[in-house]
Amino acid sequence: MSRLRGAPPRYWLVVIVVVFFLGFPTVITSFQASLWAQALILAIAIMGLNILVGYSGQLSLGHGAFMALGAYTSAILAHRYKMDYLLTIPIAALFTGLVGFLFGIPALRLSPLYLALATFALAVVTPSLIKRPDKLTGGVQGIILIQPDPPGIARDAFATVTGTPMTSDQWIYYISLACVLVLFWVAWNLVRHRPGRAMRALRDGEVAAAASGVNIAGFKTLAFGISAFYAGTAGSLFALATGFISPDAFPVSLSIQLLVGAVVGGLASIPGPLLGAIFAYFLPIESNQWVPSQSWIPDQIASTVKNAGPAVSYGVLLILIMIFAPNGLVGLARRGYELLQKRLRGTNDRETGQLPPDPQTV
Amino acid sequence: MGRIAPRLAAVAAFMVTLAACGGGTGSSAQTDVGVTSTSILLGNTIAQSGAAAAYGTIGNAELAYFTYINSQGGVNGRKINFKILDDAYNPAQTVPLTKQLVEQDQVFAMFSGLGTQAQTSVREYLNAKKVPQLFVATGATTFNKDFGSNQWTLGWQPPYQGEAHIYAKDVLANHANAKIGVLYQNDDYGQDYLKGLKDGLGDKSSMIVGSESYDVTAANTAAQLTKLKATGADTLFIFATPGFTIKSLVTVTLLHWEPAIYLNSVSNPQVYMGIAAKSGAANKNVTSVGYLKDPTDPQWANDEGMKLYKTVIANCATCKPEDGFNLYGVAVAYTMVDVLKQAGSNMTRANVMKIASSQLNETNPFALPGVKVQTTSSDHFPIMQEQVITWAGTGWKLQGSLIDERGTIK
Amino acid sequence: MQEFFQQVVSGIAIGGIFASLALALVLIYNAMGLVNFAQGEMAMFATFVAYALINRGMSYWIALPITLVLAFGGGIAIQRLVIKPVERAPVLTLVIITLGLATLINGFAGFIFGYVPRSFPSPFSSDSVDVLGVFVSYRDLGVIAVSGLVLLGVYLLLQRTTVGLTMRAAAHHPEASRLLGVQVSWMLALGWGLASAVGAVSGIMVAPILLLEPNMMQSIIIYAFAAAVLGGIESPLGAVIGGLIVGITVNLAGAYLPGVGGDLQLAVGLAIIIAVLVLRPNGLFGRAAIRRV
Repeated sequence: MSRLRGAPPRYWLVVIVVVFFLGFPTVITSFQASLWAQALILAIAIMGLNILVGYSGQLSLGHGAFMALGAYTSAILAHRYKMDYLLTIPIAALFTGLVGFLFGIPALRLSPLYLALATFALAVVTPSLIKRPDKLTGGVQGIILIQPDPPGIARDAFATVTGTPMTSDQWIYYISLACVLVLFWVAWNLVRHRPGRAMRALRDGEVAAAASGVNIAGFKTLAFGISAFYAGTAGSLFALATGFISPDAFPVSLSIQLLVGAVVGGLASIPGPLLGAIFAYFLPIESNQWVPSQSWIPDQIASTVKNAGPAVSYGVLLILIMIFAPNGLVGLARRGYELLQKRLRGTNDRETGQLPPDPQTV
Repeated sequence: MGRIAPRLAAVAAFMVTLAACGGGTGSSAQTDVGVTSTSILLGNTIAQSGAAAAYGTIGNAELAYFTYINSQGGVNGRKINFKILDDAYNPAQTVPLTKQLVEQDQVFAMFSGLGTQAQTSVREYLNAKKVPQLFVATGATTFNKDFGSNQWTLGWQPPYQGEAHIYAKDVLANHANAKIGVLYQNDDYGQDYLKGLKDGLGDKSSMIVGSESYDVTAANTAAQLTKLKATGADTLFIFATPGFTIKSLVTVTLLHWEPAIYLNSVSNPQVYMGIAAKSGAANKNVTSVGYLKDPTDPQWANDEGMKLYKTVIANCATCKPEDGFNLYGVAVAYTMVDVLKQAGSNMTRANVMKIASSQLNETNPFALPGVKVQTTSSDHFPIMQEQVITWAGTGWKLQGSLIDERGTIK
Repeated sequence: MQEFFQQVVSGIAIGGIFASLALALVLIYNAMGLVNFAQGEMAMFATFVAYALINRGMSYWIALPITLVLAFGGGIAIQRLVIKPVERAPVLTLVIITLGLATLINGFAGFIFGYVPRSFPSPFSSDSVDVLGVFVSYRDLGVIAVSGLVLLGVYLLLQRTTVGLTMRAAAHHPEASRLLGVQVSWMLALGWGLASAVGAVSGIMVAPILLLEPNMMQSIIIYAFAAAVLGGIESPLGAVIGGLIVGITVNLAGAYLPGVGGDLQLAVGLAIIIAVLVLRPNGLFGRAAIRRV
């Protein structure tokens, strides 16, 4: 009992969140589950970006390109070579990870600002790069993907709980959730152990890290590779969840969305990408639809928000969050929690295995 | 007992008669998802932000027409509610937004979805769910041609390939020895036109001496046009979206090159020609085709259809009346209302789809005189007639008569 | 051969457009070591302001200086409101803020002005001049000439005036400048104002050619980045030369490189950025930065 009491509240929070997401589809519609699946998929990509930006200090504005790579690898294998889709996911992820690793080699020479510039240009060019080899990628016709039906067991299990059998969308939700759980767990272990410490060391002071014997080049490229692996997984799932990919599905705004999610959620944190993904995915949709439908918001404001489009709300919120909460939602939560603790106990608990709140020193 | 039985019998007879009438040929009202006794809900996805946002006004124009119809009492007593969602021309957005309209908002039908990639991305879904994907706002030939495998999807405007056939005919008739250069956008839009042109020229397709593509991310088309000029081409086809068309017209003039120019119909509204002229384009010897009336053409000033258009478009605060896209929106909304009216009390998806795909026979007040919006059980291309127009300095002049491309695309 | 020269000249022409925006990027970098992803959008918005003024009946030659003043003020305002609070923040925060700004300004312009392309007046004739069989338009020449003038003005300001010296000091050695009593923060604001005004000039010059619409600068921002990077991100002269080189390269690659074609011109821009950053990060005219440990 004392062990349970001694377990940091964080672990309980994780359990609650996991159980929540497991049970979520039973209380929302199939369509809403498909939206949440997309948010979870985004969380995977954002976690990848977080590993790169938050933990190893390298700036990338082009992760949409890695998602595209993962998505197209999976789609081509499934569509053209008739491979079972679930099998294509790890293949796409590994391939993208490898490409990311190779990409990390020239990236070593670039300062954060220049890397941002180069990756931004990559993100802008991605749709036209996809269009070119149209025999392979289907060009602008895109590739249609058949969404798998859930296996019998899943369908029946779901039916016993909710009364209706599981739909394809809900099955994809669970696949995405499984990937999130696995990959987040991997990331958590990564940052707790040597690779994570090495990355944070080189993020916080490259020269000191090198002097301490950290293999700078090795870890930086490793970070790129891992980050691309995550983005590739997300891309592969993204193609599955959407059912269709084409060059215009990967515009530069996707890369920006990922970065925004990473930063708003909170860099160098594990829960950050999940929170950031929810924010980044649902904000444009809601500002376009939910806001105008609320009667308590004055008409002028509502119609301006709707007509000005998600772009303006996005931009304004982004700036405000960067100015007032640069450590993101997780940073806000941590500060709130600490304040609460100070009030209640007068001392700070130091929790094992968790990172102290890091200032952003990227 | 003696007096009850006859009454029971009478009641029974009455009810049987009632049932017999009800089971007859649709004299009882039938409805479907998205239809109530007072409203019909239509859904739409269109680009209202991002790079293709100039098309977004089409949705607003359609809404303006529905508002007008509603003010006249609606369709058979039902008002049309029209929900427009912005997909920023990104097919990955179109999918969840369409799913929302179908599964959450429970629309009766999807109407005038814009963008080839966007509408392709949801075609399978809508067909599987048996939701009408009506009158998609793209001329990509596949939406009409592949009706056989997608019976819930229908286009409206003349397909790009059909339009290009007309250009081919015109070239063969008027410039039989032309050396043709083609500038085309490297996506479905440009490629569809190019295919149509080649098919239309048939064995004369060797008249094409050069074809250059450009990507939408290009800063301009100077490199491509310089190359085409160097091939000695004396006829130039520009298969580009409006912005690039205008810039290309200017570049051609700046290169002191004077080919016979063919423009595609999406980019020919008078407004754009005006911008090109102000930016330095000579606009000499330019040909295109049209099937709708141009709002800035003085010959339609007193035309009933044009007057109706002006009335309707006033409902839309952000719509510029001179923008040809708005006229397009009102025209296609007219067809939609026409279909709904024809459905009468049998307001089911299947019936509406049947009418739209095989029973259309409409004279659209916003289309050029003589254009018939028509579908039959074997022909699912609603509009297949266009008329050649040539630029006369301040406006387009109709040439000859309507050219019918019906039956040329299998 | 003539075609080749025409391609080169067309490349120079579009390169002038890249150069004019690259100048603004370089100025911001000089002011605070940051690449401003919102530069293009700010320039576009300033051009729309000019358009609105001219539409109201103002003469082009009056609207022009008024717009420049407004752009200057706008740049200062943005620095004060949005950048100053996060001055000491890491690069990432600043990059995100400029991205947010870009999104915001673009959406706002679309909201107010709509997305239909418009023509914008130019003091230069819309004709082209025939030079030995090769054609170059007066407007393109005008862009290059004006960029040259701006370059000269910037050079004179930064290198030959006290204000310029103070700005440079504040940018490169903020701590020492503070000790000397320089209002570093206001120098940064001045840098933003200047960059914004230069951007406005760029926008006003290129709008007649590119057509005025909210997405006008998005088609050239990557090329402008390539130009700035190639020339050396600190060097205004490098921005102009870089712009011309990028223009020529992109145009020739589009015309002559097999497999590239007209489709992948932007990819050529990307390749330039990557090649420069990997092989010679300081560009043509930049100074090698020494990292003090």
